[in-house]
Amino acid sequence: MYTTSDLRKGLKIEIDGDPYVITDFQFVKPGKGQALYRCKLKNILTGSTMDRTYRSADKVGKPDLMQREMVYSYPEGDHFVFMDDSTYEQVTVDKDVIGDMKYFLTEDMPVKVLFFNDVAIDLEMPNFVEKEITETEPGARGDTATNVTKPAKVDNGYEIHVPLFIKEGDWVRIDTRTGEYADRISKK
Amino acid sequence: MSLSARKKTLELRARILKTMRAFFDARGYMEVETPVRVETPAMEEHIDAEASGDHWLRTSPELHMKRMVCAGYERIYQIGPCFRRGESGARHRPEYTMLEWYRAGATYRDLEIETHELLRAVCETAGQTEFMGVDLSAEPVRYTVRDAFWLWAGWDPVEAFDEDRFDLDLVEKVEPRLAEFPVPVILTDFPAARAALARLKEGAEGAAPVAERWELYLAGMELANAYTELTDAAEQRARFEACGRARAERGQEVYPLDEEFLTALEKGMPACAGIALGVDRLMMILAETGSIMDVRSF
Repeated sequence: MYTTSDLRKGLKIEIDGDPYVITDFQFVKPGKGQALYRCKLKNILTGSTMDRTYRSADKVGKPDLMQREMVYSYPEGDHFVFMDDSTYEQVTVDKDVIGDMKYFLTEDMPVKVLFFNDVAIDLEMPNFVEKEITETEPGARGDTATNVTKPAKVDNGYEIHVPLFIKEGDWVRIDTRTGEYADRISKK
Repeated sequence: MSLSARKKTLELRARILKTMRAFFDARGYMEVETPVRVETPAMEEHIDAEASGDHWLRTSPELHMKRMVCAGYERIYQIGPCFRRGESGARHRPEYTMLEWYRAGATYRDLEIETHELLRAVCETAGQTEFMGVDLSAEPVRYTVRDAFWLWAGWDPVEAFDEDRFDLDLVEKVEPRLAEFPVPVILTDFPAARAALARLKEGAEGAAPVAERWELYLAGMELANAYTELTDAAEQRARFEACGRARAERGQEVYPLDEEFLTALEKGMPACAGIALGVDRLMMILAETGSIMDVRSF
C-alpha cells in the first residue's frame, strides 16, 4: 500500500482491482481542516478518467505492475508471442493490447511489456521503425514539396501518407507513437 | 518563472505591503513584532509545527498577539513569516507570509467591513479593481456555512458535523461554486466543531451553536480567517485539551499548552476580534497566477 505522502503525478495506483496512473495532483487544505490530496486519474486498462480525493490517513492500493524487456517472436491466432531473451520464457499478448502496433512489429524487435497481475496490458516499442514502401502512385515530376502528401503502403499492407517525392522501393521511418511518416532513409 | 521575471510582481508586492502598513497606521493600529521562534505552537487539530532546536517555529502569531491585547494593546497588526510543516502545493508553502490584526471592542462582523476597506485600498495601489474575474473593491456577498452546504452539498454540517464529509464537500462542492462569484465571498458561521479559537454564538431556539468565524474567498481561493475571539479561559483550556486528545488519537505530535497565554486570558482579555490574511495568496490574485511560487522571491 502507498500512503498519501507517496502520491505524485505519474504514480501508478490500484483502485477496485484496476490500475490507474495519476495525471494531475494537487495538495489542498481547507481552512482549519485536514490536508487533502486531489488526484485526476486515468485507468490504464480502459483509458477512462476520474477524480479522487484522498485524506492524509488514507491508504492507497499499490498495483502489481512489472515491466519486462522482451523481444517479439511471432503472431499466433489472436495473440502475439514475445520472449524473454535471458530466460527464453515465452509470453503471449492479446491482439487488443497490441492494436495498430502490430504493423510495426518485426521479428526480434526489442520491446518493453507491462504486466498487471502477471497479465500483459501494455507494450512499449522503439519510437521509430524502418519500412519499405511497396505501393504508391508516382509523384508529379520535379515536385519536391514536403507539405503535400499522397497515400502509400508498406510491406505488411499498413497505409500511411508520404511526401510526393517518395517512390516504391524507398525506405522510410515511421513514428510508432503517432503511426505517421517521419522521414526517408537510405538503405542498400 | 525565473527570479528576474518575477520582478514586476515583487515590486507590486512591496507596494502592497506599504499600503497595508499605511492602512493600519491611519486607523490607529500599532505594528508589532512577536517571536517567530516559540516555546510551544498554537495547538490546532490539523496544523503541524516545524521544530527549531528545543523550540518551534510559529504556525501563527496568534497567542502572542492576544497576550498583547490582554496587556492593553487595543489595536495591533503584524506582517511576518509563519511556518507549517508538510504544507506544500500550488497554494501552500511551508514558510509563508501572514498579515494578522486584532482590534479590541470589535466583533467578527466589524472585521468584514474593515477587510472590505483594506481590499479597496489594495485595488487603489494596484491601479485596477478586477483580478481573475473578481471585483476586489465590491462589497462581499455572504453565505453562512449552513446555507452554502444546503445549496451545494445537500446537507447541514451545523446540526450534524461529519469531519471527513465536511472537508471533502467543502473542497469538491462548495469552493468550486464560490469561484463563480465575480465579487469577494464571505463564508461565515462555522459549525462549533470548526470553531478553532472563535467565540460561539447560540443558534435560534433549540438550534446548534455556530462559531463567530468567517473566511474570505476570492476566485474560490481561501484568503483570510476571522474570529470574534474566545475570551473565556476555561473554555479555551478545554478546547486545547480536546485538540490535544484528537491529535494524540491520530498519532500526531501533541504540543504543551501555552500556559502563559492561558494565564493572560484568565486575568482577562477585552472583547475583541482578530483576523489572519495570507499575503502570498492575495498577491496570487493580484498577479493573476495559480502558483504561490510566482509571488515570492524565493
